[in-house]
Amino acid sequence: MTADTLSPDTAPGAAGDSLGREAWRRLKQNRAAMASLLLLSIITLACVAGPWLTPWGLADVDWNAFNVAPTLEGGHWLGTDANGRDLLTRTLYGGRVSLSVALVATLVSLLIGVLYGAIAGYLGGRADNLMMRFVDIMYSLPFMFLVILLMVVFGRNILLIYAAIGAVEWLDMARIVRGQTLSLKRREFIEAAHALGVRDRTIVTRHLIPNAIGPVIVYVTLTVPKVILLESFLSFLGLGVQEPLTSWGVLISEGTDMMQTSPWMLLVPSVFLALTLFCLNFLGDGLRDALDPKTR
Amino acid sequence: MLSYSLKRLLQAIPTMLIVITIAFFLMRVAPGGPFDGERALPPEIEANLNAAYHLDEPLPQQYLRYLGNLLQGDFGPSFKYKDFTVTELILQGFPVSLEIGGLAILLALVIGLPLGIAAALRRNSAIDYAVMGTALAGIAVPNFVVAPLLALVFGVLLGWLPAGGWNGGALPNLVLPVLALSIQQIAYIARMMRASMIEVLGSHYIRTARAKGLSERLVVWRHAIRPALMPVVSYLGPAVAGIITGSVVIEQIFGIPGIGRYFVQGALNRDYTLVMGTVVFYGALIVLLNLVVDLIYSALDPQIRYDD
Repeated sequence: MTADTLSPDTAPGAAGDSLGREAWRRLKQNRAAMASLLLLSIITLACVAGPWLTPWGLADVDWNAFNVAPTLEGGHWLGTDANGRDLLTRTLYGGRVSLSVALVATLVSLLIGVLYGAIAGYLGGRADNLMMRFVDIMYSLPFMFLVILLMVVFGRNILLIYAAIGAVEWLDMARIVRGQTLSLKRREFIEAAHALGVRDRTIVTRHLIPNAIGPVIVYVTLTVPKVILLESFLSFLGLGVQEPLTSWGVLISEGTDMMQTSPWMLLVPSVFLALTLFCLNFLGDGLRDALDPKTR
Repeated sequence: MLSYSLKRLLQAIPTMLIVITIAFFLMRVAPGGPFDGERALPPEIEANLNAAYHLDEPLPQQYLRYLGNLLQGDFGPSFKYKDFTVTELILQGFPVSLEIGGLAILLALVIGLPLGIAAALRRNSAIDYAVMGTALAGIAVPNFVVAPLLALVFGVLLGWLPAGGWNGGALPNLVLPVLALSIQQIAYIARMMRASMIEVLGSHYIRTARAKGLSERLVVWRHAIRPALMPVVSYLGPAVAGIITGSVVIEQIFGIPGIGRYFVQGALNRDYTLVMGTVVFYGALIVLLNLVVDLIYSALDPQIRYDD
């Protein structure tokens, strides 16, 4: 599924191609990744715009339709829950929460992780040792303990849940960026560029950043599904968003309770969640192949 | 190797001390306390309770008292599970979590590694796509969806296996929780093994081995698999710690008396001693497993030696 069978006319190294454009061209040849990108855009668009288009609101009760299975008649395409609320509408609203949690938490972890890792790798020596020791210590603390404590301290504010999740997800990112910075600092091609008299700024923009950004972007596409899963997991335990708001995790948790009598309540949000995670993983794989300098 | 292991364990002591300190003070600055209930306790009773558990002392004094007790192997009594010490709770629950988690890891290795190797050897073939597609599905469907579905299909609809309960660890009760726990691990391990195997197969010494006329089987078994295992081994270190300390989701769905729930409930109930017990236990496991990972590394890669 990779782009390693390049045809000659799209061979890399054609003059004047920026790395970004080349990566995009390689990505475009990866059908699985492009299909995932398309499907992801559709899901995102549906979650953003959908709730305005459906005739039902998030907490609207249809007194004529409790526990209705998916049907084209009556307007409840994906059925209703035990309280007569339209499941499609609720799933789309839930998607807004789940997707925005993922976006904000990933950005927070990206910001902390990249800064922390780059500083540690750049400083090196004692400071690096100390900073990475702290990361090791954070790794030794049980993850659930940290998440629950942060949520207890910050209350049930949804924005702060985002931040809390991001604040415990940055450890891997910091390690990756530090490793990149460390190894790139003393690689031969950097040395060669120095020897050829390339300016520092050009070395950084042309050689250092493009090589370090690849793993970071790939890791971001892997962090997003991880965060969505984590939010769902917290909601499943009853620690996530509160009624009347909902998320895919909350809906799945409600669906598990009802799965014997109303299986659609479990299946609908699960399918949305699984599709999103599936696409994000495919996209991550595709990006890794497109950005990895070694496969060029 | 023995002296190296001893040195590593000694080095872990300051790390553990910092972990304990952070956890202790984080827990205490968090709002709420162990005696917050539905109904507020009369102030005199709360004062007596606080005195009985030494919660009325200044924080540093409590901290030193806790460290002192810990040195004697005393984790203290649980606040919420009355009449139980934290040591008892962990010793009762851990064998259960270890059994389910250990079996799940074993199953994941037995299935995941061959799948990953097969996919790498026949890259871009139908087998490769089938394995990777299934693996992605295993990653994309979270275990709190898989577990209830397994219970519904095999426990309720087909009635082949008990849908929940522990029953003293009888074999039929083990199957579904182990399966539910291992599916995601199988997927991760297969993906990781495929990626690292592909990387190893493209390296120079494999080309050399092929060039000197070794059979494909010898190339794969003698030269490729050992180094390809290394990323999987380093993933397994922390993963094993997480899995054998129990999964709160699996325990909740199948009604299993493991220790996974203590991690969540302890923190939620401000059961200070129970939380500290789980933190110390988890931290010690991580330290131990990281050491095991490094020792396995030296066995897999002759270039790594720890004899000093």
